[in-house]
Amino acid sequence: MAVIEVSNLSKRYGDTVAVRDVSFAVEPGEIFGILGPNGAGKTTTVECVAGLRTPDSGDITVLGRSPRDPALRAEVGVQLQESQLQEKLTVREALDLYSAFYRDPADWRALAAELGLADKLRTPYGKLSGGQKQRLSIALALIGNPRVAILDELTTGLDPAARRDTWDLIESVRDRGVTVVLVTHFMEEAERLCDRIAVIDRGAVIALDTPAGLVEHAEAEQTIRFRPDKPLDDTLLTALPEVREVRHTGGRVEVVGTGNLLHAVSTVLAVHQIVAKELRLEQASLDDAFVRLTGHTDGE
Amino acid sequence: MTIFAKLTRTEIKLFLREPVGAFFSLLFPTILVAILGSIKVFRDPSPELNGLRTIDVYVGIAVALSLAMIGLQVLPMVLATYRERGVLRRIATTPVRPITLLAAQLTASVLIALVSSALCITVGYAVYDVPLAENFPGFVLAFLLCALGVFAIGLLIAALVPTGKAGNAVGTLLFFPSMFFAGLWTPREFMPDWVQRIGDFTPMGAGERALHDAMSGTWPNWLSAVVLLGYLILFGLGAARLFRWT
Repeated sequence: MAVIEVSNLSKRYGDTVAVRDVSFAVEPGEIFGILGPNGAGKTTTVECVAGLRTPDSGDITVLGRSPRDPALRAEVGVQLQESQLQEKLTVREALDLYSAFYRDPADWRALAAELGLADKLRTPYGKLSGGQKQRLSIALALIGNPRVAILDELTTGLDPAARRDTWDLIESVRDRGVTVVLVTHFMEEAERLCDRIAVIDRGAVIALDTPAGLVEHAEAEQTIRFRPDKPLDDTLLTALPEVREVRHTGGRVEVVGTGNLLHAVSTVLAVHQIVAKELRLEQASLDDAFVRLTGHTDGE
Repeated sequence: MTIFAKLTRTEIKLFLREPVGAFFSLLFPTILVAILGSIKVFRDPSPELNGLRTIDVYVGIAVALSLAMIGLQVLPMVLATYRERGVLRRIATTPVRPITLLAAQLTASVLIALVSSALCITVGYAVYDVPLAENFPGFVLAFLLCALGVFAIGLLIAALVPTGKAGNAVGTLLFFPSMFFAGLWTPREFMPDWVQRIGDFTPMGAGERALHDAMSGTWPNWLSAVVLLGYLILFGLGAARLFRWT
């Protein structure tokens, strides 16, 4: 049975449609990504799942219950975007206080150590760096030993090293059997961590697949660059169904296309006994797939 | 320790870590009593006060002052800041309801006002022989009525303002006229009759009058009690309806 089931979720604020007809299911033990540009409706979606907002229409169940069910608060850990603590509350006090909220809390000292906060226990929240605040926020989401963790923009504001550490932590959380819902607009993060990704744009799910599946389905273009050892007749290549365009720059040839482009091109070259020197293949990343799916880059 | 007790203790700790707020709420009423008591003429019986000395009256005013500072300035600022910073929202994702934090903050506020009041009553009694309230249960009743009325106003401010700064600003704007009617600058007894009648219907005017009644041995008068309960019901219901957690 799915851990989280969302069907036909819609939510509007006044005249603005934030989320329209969103459906997805999160399976036990997976890291499920919700990826999309800023303002796409990602946060609204997870806030409905976390029971913080009431949808206008549609059904949501979390662990078989309504998101508003108070019993879920102990089972679902939530890390909210832009949710701060009191300036003068120390890290130790925050961890100690929030662990008292749960019947069966995690050992907050171990959690602090795992998140690199062990030497910051006496530091007030207001004196923490952005990354440290973020890590404390993650610690508070995990402190109740939840079965489901909802993490909204968890590595925003972290430096690259801290981001990688956090990724390791999320994987270790998943290895403990926690189902993770990860909201992000970082492709690299989604590609690295997520088992499956729902791409949300302008309030609607426009794709739902594994990271590899998304790249493939988006049929992102590939580019092959090489320097042929003898003149090359373009029509040999443009005749191939995989090839969309052939360009010459200096002595180099650039072949743009989709599908199994490299195989098709190299077969033709071999048949005509042309040797391709300095061969480079540029493959699509999730980034490219994302741009193709949404028709624009993030932030536009 | 229960979650509520733990939250209340945390709120008190956080309050004490704000030096300016802690100084004014906890010590300023006492310092005021100490300074006014050192003025010779304030220690002479005054016919306008039915033979009481000015300093006798000022102890009650100082108690009202601590309630007004905590209820009108500290409380709305803290609660609006909690909403602004998403503290209430974060609590909402845990098994603890945000209203528990609100109740803990209110309890902490009452405890701080109690300590502040006890301090100025003690200094008044020990240093200037200001008699303790002759009707002690009446004094406790007046203190509670005044606290409930003024804290309800503080809650409504917290419900209406967008930020902690705005909460403090609105609270401060209300604080000065409120304390004028409570007699902070001139005891009510020296005010023209019509000003006193207006003051009877203000929260701190009614509160100070109720406290004064109990200090001089009677029960709080009905008008003040009804006025304070009215503020509690009106502003309390308003706050309950309008308070946004996020």
